[in-house]
Amino acid sequence: MAHAYTPGLKVIPQTVVHKTRRLPLKGKVIVEVGAKVKAEDVVATTNLPGNVVPVNLANMLNIEASEISELLLVKPGDPIEKNDIIAETPGIFGLFKSKAIAPASGTLEAVSNITGQAIIREAPAPVSVQAYINGTVTGIIENEGVEISTAASFIQGIFGIGGERRGEILILTKDTGTPITEDMISSNCKGKILVGGSFLSYKAFMKAQRLGAIGIVVGGFNYSDIKQIVGYDIGVAITGQEEIETTLIITEGFGEVHMAKQTFDLLSSHEGKMASMNGATQIRAGVIRPEIIIPLDGDIKLTAAPAELFGMEPGTEVRVIRAPYFGMLGEVTDLPHALQRLESGSLARVAKVKLYETKKEVLLPRANLEMIEKQ
Amino acid sequence: MKPEAIKSILATDCGSTTTKAILIEKQGDEYRLVVRGEAPTTVEAPFEDVTKGVLNAAKEVEELRGRQILDNDKIITPQKGDKGVDIYISTSSAGGGLQMVVSGIVKAMSAESAERAALGAGAIVMDVLASNDGRLPHEKIQRIRHLRPDMILLSGGTDSGNIKGVVEMSELLKAANPKPRLGINYKLPVIYAGNQKANDEIRKNLSKETDLSIVANIRPVLERENLGPARDKIHDLFMEHVMAQAPGYKKLMDMSDAPIMPTPGAVGEIMQVIAKKEGITVLGVDIGGATTDVFSVFKDLEKGEPVFNRTVSANLGMSYSISNVLASATLPNILRWVPFEIDEIDLRNRIGNKMIRPTTIPQSLEELKIEQAIAREALRLSFIQHKAFAVGLRGVQKERTISDAFDQSSSGETLVNMMDLDILVGSGGVLSHAPRRHQSARMMIDSFQPEGVTQIAVDSIFMMPQLGVLASVHEKAATEVFNKDCLLRLGTCIAPVGAIKPGKEYMRIRLTLPDGKMIDKAYTLGEMELFEAPYVAMEAEIIPARGVDVGGGPGQVVKTKIYGGLVGIIIDARGRRPFVLPENPVERVSKLQEWSKTVNEFEDK
Repeated sequence: MAHAYTPGLKVIPQTVVHKTRRLPLKGKVIVEVGAKVKAEDVVATTNLPGNVVPVNLANMLNIEASEISELLLVKPGDPIEKNDIIAETPGIFGLFKSKAIAPASGTLEAVSNITGQAIIREAPAPVSVQAYINGTVTGIIENEGVEISTAASFIQGIFGIGGERRGEILILTKDTGTPITEDMISSNCKGKILVGGSFLSYKAFMKAQRLGAIGIVVGGFNYSDIKQIVGYDIGVAITGQEEIETTLIITEGFGEVHMAKQTFDLLSSHEGKMASMNGATQIRAGVIRPEIIIPLDGDIKLTAAPAELFGMEPGTEVRVIRAPYFGMLGEVTDLPHALQRLESGSLARVAKVKLYETKKEVLLPRANLEMIEKQ
Repeated sequence: MKPEAIKSILATDCGSTTTKAILIEKQGDEYRLVVRGEAPTTVEAPFEDVTKGVLNAAKEVEELRGRQILDNDKIITPQKGDKGVDIYISTSSAGGGLQMVVSGIVKAMSAESAERAALGAGAIVMDVLASNDGRLPHEKIQRIRHLRPDMILLSGGTDSGNIKGVVEMSELLKAANPKPRLGINYKLPVIYAGNQKANDEIRKNLSKETDLSIVANIRPVLERENLGPARDKIHDLFMEHVMAQAPGYKKLMDMSDAPIMPTPGAVGEIMQVIAKKEGITVLGVDIGGATTDVFSVFKDLEKGEPVFNRTVSANLGMSYSISNVLASATLPNILRWVPFEIDEIDLRNRIGNKMIRPTTIPQSLEELKIEQAIAREALRLSFIQHKAFAVGLRGVQKERTISDAFDQSSSGETLVNMMDLDILVGSGGVLSHAPRRHQSARMMIDSFQPEGVTQIAVDSIFMMPQLGVLASVHEKAATEVFNKDCLLRLGTCIAPVGAIKPGKEYMRIRLTLPDGKMIDKAYTLGEMELFEAPYVAMEAEIIPARGVDVGGGPGQVVKTKIYGGLVGIIIDARGRRPFVLPENPVERVSKLQEWSKTVNEFEDK
């Protein structure tokens, strides 16, 4: 096996990004193929079935469930208002009547004479899907959603929290190895996507959130600080639904890690431009990576997708993604065929890598290397 | 084809990342594993056809065996001369496996039986709903709407009981109108296996919105479970709906000579077959990247019958869900197994990095020791969940005599009795691929804490799924390969149970090793020792101190046959119930290092 396939994260200066924007249930698509859309434009809408409120009428009226249909004042299928009387007992000589009052407005969907339970369905809740990126509608999924395409710079991170946001890029650090500190964050961060180097402390994140930054992109972050932000442990990397004001994207990993130079340089070249970002991550089957999309205006030269990603070869630039050399960059000098014994005692396929930082050649398991995609 | 005529079998297991193929051939009178091959699973884009991975794995088998098995994109069946195989069978857990929601009336009774049926069929149970689960009706509806399972199993009530509870649950289900996980255009399969008097009402409520099947009650009377019909229905629907939605599975179903089983369901099959055939109790574990499955066959002491149980700890695993192990076990519990000092923030970041880069492997010995410390906690927590679930039927009324008044046992006690356990089998990356087998044995002993005399083994390449589905078509071949090729016997653990003062003799052991060396040695509390010995029978005499139990009862001498293995005989006199690690970090680290050294965990003495 001369090649090893270890895909890296995408960092592409010019490409065409296609985004599928889909409703959670079938609904109505309100744009047509060819339409130019802005990120904030609504492209499809639907109504989510209303909340269901079960009420046990038999218990409320203290009767047998089988008697309930005779006492109903509202027919199943009819609309009902909160505090309306759904059913009522005749009482004694018209007195001492028991009443079952509707706890919510909606439609009386069903009443069961086995259980005495009534189901009230509240009014449907409208939901809509926005375009998320500036672009052109290039496809319609009938009754479900659209595909939007745009020429853009496209950057993936390794892990994120928080959902879709849009704002102007603001570079906070001078290079990839400088951490973002609290004193770098001021009122001019409001509405911006902040970009920094190797690390972001919890305090710096909280200050940015307080001052209205809509997103932060940084090399590393402490894993334990994530819990402080979201209030619970993230046990599996499936994110995007966190209720936070500032979406956070980590490009390299947990701990203090220099942001990849390519990523930093590309983001820096777009300082001041509007970008869309999403922290949603899913590291499981059907991988989703957090992303930053910066639509491009005017004439663009499309960068070929990194199709040459066939495998690792001598000369391939790689990043180490596990201790003890975590975060270091280097160049593959050899790919020995035979399995090699690691210090841990395991046998593994390895690559010989010359690390830039230490100028030394080391044997590393191929599974612990990530290729850096060259443009 | 008659089973005795079968000369060769190709079996695959389509996992979420890798498709593994094994080739079994008849050699003389017995069936043996001849080669194995593997290839990446191809359920996801860009391939979206599971059979491509199957054919690639079969191709590797073909090349390694040096004879033709494939004819272009087809597996040649039956075998003609030297070409092809007689049967092809498969299991699958790709695409997230089988995800179910189950529901009952009483959480500890019908809901628990429904959960047992679903787990036994190989499902991951996303939630268990019950009338008395503490959630309000509208909360249950919200939950059902939020989850998108592959199917729902609805149960509740004995056949002579009231139908109200189960009808009420069906009304909530109807109101929630749940949607299936895969495919937007088909109805969610719902199996009803409750009070049969309610069948008409259930049909009225659910036949329009869902794809309803009605089978026999899983709890027809309180005293008896009848899980078979529900479990079979789950398997049928798994094939008809879930598998049919997954890319390429229709083709795979056509290729296969037996129904495709969910992987964990197949593992359960083979364990039950082995336990029954050999009359032994078995505890098995498969620790993966995302989940950990525990299987057991123990005797129900009241009925005297072997009872199979399976649990899935859906978020305890060594890569995708490794951070959840940290969250569930807490840092101090992981740190207690780490034999050196480490900064806490650093450890948390390392664990987080493994979660986001799940395919990386430990390069340094330090990293390996950290992973194995986490594995001990993942296994321990999965086993706690298993013990809590593998219980006798709850809600059964017992006749009590005066003598029972002194016995505190009640219905619903765990069936897992470690003193009765004959063999502990481990599998999954961290156990099967540990650089030294001694490490696998230690991890299993530390987390499961076997008592008395227990054999330890690993399934080195995890072929139990393929053997499970094979057992359904050819039991002889499955059991022969299981005994001869599947299990790697590591040895036997001898662990006394009971408290004793430090420094006093805890247990004495006398045995003659196969090389003729005589052992007659006493141990005090807190000691471990390893005697290297192969997998052959040895007569052993184990003499516990007064009040200490090694399987014969407190203070009773046990004379028994024990077996060595790739590791040997491990004496574990660290104590049980309680098993205590030193609180002081310096003392603890020193003790951990001492034990590692005595059992050759990281290097030979």
